[in-house]
Amino acid sequence: MSRLTEAEAVETAASRKYKYGFTTNIEYEEFPRGLNEDIVREISRRKDEPEWLLEFRLKAYRQWCEMEEPEWPNLHYTKPDYNNIVYYSSPKEKPKLNSLDEVDPDILDTYNKLGIPLEEQKMLANVAVDAVFDSVSVATTFKAKLAEAGVIFCSISEAVKEYPELVKQYMGSVIPANDNYFAALNSAVFSDGSFCFVPKGVKCPMELSTYFRINNPDSGQFERTLIIAEEGAEVSYLEGCTAPMFDTNQLHAAVVELVALDDANIKYSTVQNWYPGDENGKGGIYNFVTKRGICKGERSKISWTQVETGSAITWKYPSVILKGDYSTGEFYSVALTNDFQQADTGTKMIHLGKNTRSTIISKGISAGKSQNSYRGLVKIGKKAHGSRNYSVCDSMLIGSECGAHTFPFIESGNSTSSVEHEATTSKIGEDQIFYLQQRGLDEEEAISLIINGFCKEVFKELPLEFAVEATKLLSIKLEGSVG
Amino acid sequence: MLKIIDLHAKVEGEDIEILKGINLEIGKGEVHAVMGPNGSGKSTLAKVVAGHPAYEVTSGQILFDGEDVLEMEPEERALAGLFLAFQYPVEVPGVSNAMLIRQSVNNVRKARGQEEFDPLEFEDYIADKLKLVEMDNKFLDRSVNAGFSGGEKKRNEILQLAAMEPRLSLLDETDSGLDIDALRIVSEGINSLRGTENSFMVVTHYQRILNYIKPDFVHVLMGGRIVKSGGSELALELENQGYDWLVKETFVNGEAK
Ligand SMILES: Nc1ncnc2c1ncn2[C@@H]1O[C@H](COP(=O)(O)OP(=O)(O)O)[C@@H](O)[C@H]1O
Ligand SMILES: [Mg+2]
Repeated sequence: MSRLTEAEAVETAASRKYKYGFTTNIEYEEFPRGLNEDIVREISRRKDEPEWLLEFRLKAYRQWCEMEEPEWPNLHYTKPDYNNIVYYSSPKEKPKLNSLDEVDPDILDTYNKLGIPLEEQKMLANVAVDAVFDSVSVATTFKAKLAEAGVIFCSISEAVKEYPELVKQYMGSVIPANDNYFAALNSAVFSDGSFCFVPKGVKCPMELSTYFRINNPDSGQFERTLIIAEEGAEVSYLEGCTAPMFDTNQLHAAVVELVALDDANIKYSTVQNWYPGDENGKGGIYNFVTKRGICKGERSKISWTQVETGSAITWKYPSVILKGDYSTGEFYSVALTNDFQQADTGTKMIHLGKNTRSTIISKGISAGKSQNSYRGLVKIGKKAHGSRNYSVCDSMLIGSECGAHTFPFIESGNSTSSVEHEATTSKIGEDQIFYLQQRGLDEEEAISLIINGFCKEVFKELPLEFAVEATKLLSIKLEGSVG
Repeated sequence: MLKIIDLHAKVEGEDIEILKGINLEIGKGEVHAVMGPNGSGKSTLAKVVAGHPAYEVTSGQILFDGEDVLEMEPEERALAGLFLAFQYPVEVPGVSNAMLIRQSVNNVRKARGQEEFDPLEFEDYIADKLKLVEMDNKFLDRSVNAGFSGGEKKRNEILQLAAMEPRLSLLDETDSGLDIDALRIVSEGINSLRGTENSFMVVTHYQRILNYIKPDFVHVLMGGRIVKSGGSELALELENQGYDWLVKETFVNGEAK
C-alpha cells in the first residue's frame, strides 16, 4: 500500500472540511472575458431575449458604470477585476429543460455527489428542485405536479419566454437596477436563476428549492430569483449553494426579489456553503448579494432564514419592506466564519404600514482569524403607527484571534411604535466543553451541542431535513477550532 | 477501584502548585468523605481526577481499575464509569436537558456494547431517574442548568449521575446551597445508588450531609495534602472543633506549609 503524498494528505484534510470542493470536467461554450455593452448584448442574444430585457440590462450597465464599489462594509479584500471575469458560462451540451435524459450525465452526476439527485424518484418527495450550474438552469423537477396546483416554478430564462408579462411587471420592482453597485452589476449581466409564482389562494404543495453550483473558475455567478405570492398564497423556498475549491476568488452577485400580496406568506431559507478559501485565506467566493422582499399587501408575511457558512467574503442584508398594514417581517440568521473568512451581514426592516411587526434573530459565530459583523437597520416610518420591532443579536467567539462586531441602526419616526434591541457576546469556554466531556461527549460532540443550542432559535425555522444538514455543516466547519 | 499515588498538580501554564502529594485509595463500594477549609484543593483534586485541562499533573499517578487515567481524555474517563458532580454546574443555553442526557446515556451504552435507546425507550428510562431525585418532567425540556436555582442545578447533577450509572462518583460540595428538604432528597438519591459495586468520594466542608450519607472514611485536605484520615467520627470532631487544631497538629514539625 502506498502512503499518501503530502499534497494528497493536505487535500484529504481540506476536502473533509469542504467536501464539495471537486470540479466537474465539462466543455463550455466559448465566451469572451470582460464587461462592456457588447458583452451585455451578447448575453442577451445567446439567451434569445426580448428587446425590453436587453434595454433593462443596458440601462443597468450604464448605471453601474457610474457607481462605486461600496467601501462602508467592515470587509477587507482586493476588489475584483471586473474586466477579467467571464460573465456567461454555459455547458456546451445545452439541455432541453423538460427532459433529464438530455442533461449532460457529468452534471447529473455532480448533483448526485452533492446529495441532490435530480431524478424525481430519488428525491425527497416533498421538495422540487431547480438546479443552476454556472450560468444556466439545467433541470427543474416536479414541474408537472406543481402546475396542477397552479404554481409556476421554472428558471428565470424560461419565465422570460413563457410568462413575460409577470416578469416584466415584477422584476426590478423591489430592487431597482441602480439600488447598489452589485445589484446594478447583476441587473446588467444576470444569467439565470429561479422564478416562482403562486397564484391567489394557493398553498404551494411542496417545498421549492434552487441549488446553485459554480464550477468554472473564471466565471462569476449572477443569478436572479423572483418569487411572487398572490393574495393568500403560501410558499416555502430553499436555496443551497456550493463551489469547487480554487485558489482564485470567484464573484457571486445575486439578486433575489420577493413580493407578497394581501395575506400572502413567503418563507425563504438559505444554506450558503460556497467555498470559503483555504486555511490561509487563499481562494474562496466573494458573495455580494442583494435580497429584499416587499410585504405589499395587508397582513402579508415574509420570513428570511439564512445559515451562512461559506464564502471568503459575505456581504448580504436580506430585508423586508413592510408596506401593507399589519404585515410581518422576520430575519433569522446564523453566520459562521472561520480561518480568514469575513462576513458583514444582517438585515433591514423598513416599517411603512401601520401595526407592522418585525423580528430579527442574529447569531454570529466567529472562529480562527475571521471577522464577523452584524449590520442592521430598523426604520419605522412616520405613518407606521403602532409598529414593533424586536431584535436579538448574539455573538459567539471561539478562540482569541477572531472578531465579532455589531452595527445596529435604529430610526424611529413616530412615538406609538417600539423597537427593542438585545445583544450578547459569549465565548465557547473550556469549562463548557469540559462539562460535556465529563458527561461522556467527545470534544466535537460537545462543540456541536453548544453551537446547536446557540443557534436553536434559527434552526427551528428551517425545514427539518435542512436543519439536520445545517447542524452537521456547522460542526464540520468548526472541526479543530477549539482548544 | 481508584488509586491516587503521590499526586502533584499545578495550574496549567503557571507556576501555582495546588496538589502537593496526594495519596488516596478508594475501594469498591466504599464512601470516602474529603473535607477541608476553602481553598485547600478539594475541587482541584476532583477536577484533576476527571481530567480538567486547566491543570497539569507534574508527578504521581491516578489509576482507575488499574488503568492509567492520566492517559485518558475526559470523556474516556466518563465512559469508563467516572462521574463528577460539579460544585458549579455549567450552563449550556439552548441545549435541552433531555438532549444532553440522552446523548450521555447513549454514549455510555455504546461504550458498554449495549444498544442505544430510541427516544421512547429513553423516556421510560429517565422517568424512573427523575422520580429518584423528585424532579418534574419539565426539567427535561429546559436548557441545561440555564436559569436553574442553585438547588436545582445540584439536583440536576444527581439526575445525570443516576442516568449515567457510574461506578465512581465524585460529589463536589453537592450539599452546599441545598435547603434541608433538597439535601434529604439528594442524599436519598445517592444512597439508593450505593451498592457493593459503586463508590463515592463526597467532597464537603460541612458534616451535615454526612448525617445522611454515612462515610466509611474521612480525609482532611489542607494546603494540597491529606493531613489526616479516619473513620466517620473524624467528621464529627471537625464539626465540633473546626480545622484549627489540625492546622497546629500538622504544622508543628513544619512538614506542611
Ligand atoms: N485555574 C486556577 N487558576 C489559579 N488558581 C487556581 C485555579 N484553580 C484553583 N486555584 C487555586 O487553588 C486553590 C485550591 O482551589 P480549590 O481546589 O477550588 O479549593 P477548594 O475546592 O478546596 O475550596 C485556591 O487557592 C484556588 O484559588
Ligand atoms: Mg471547591
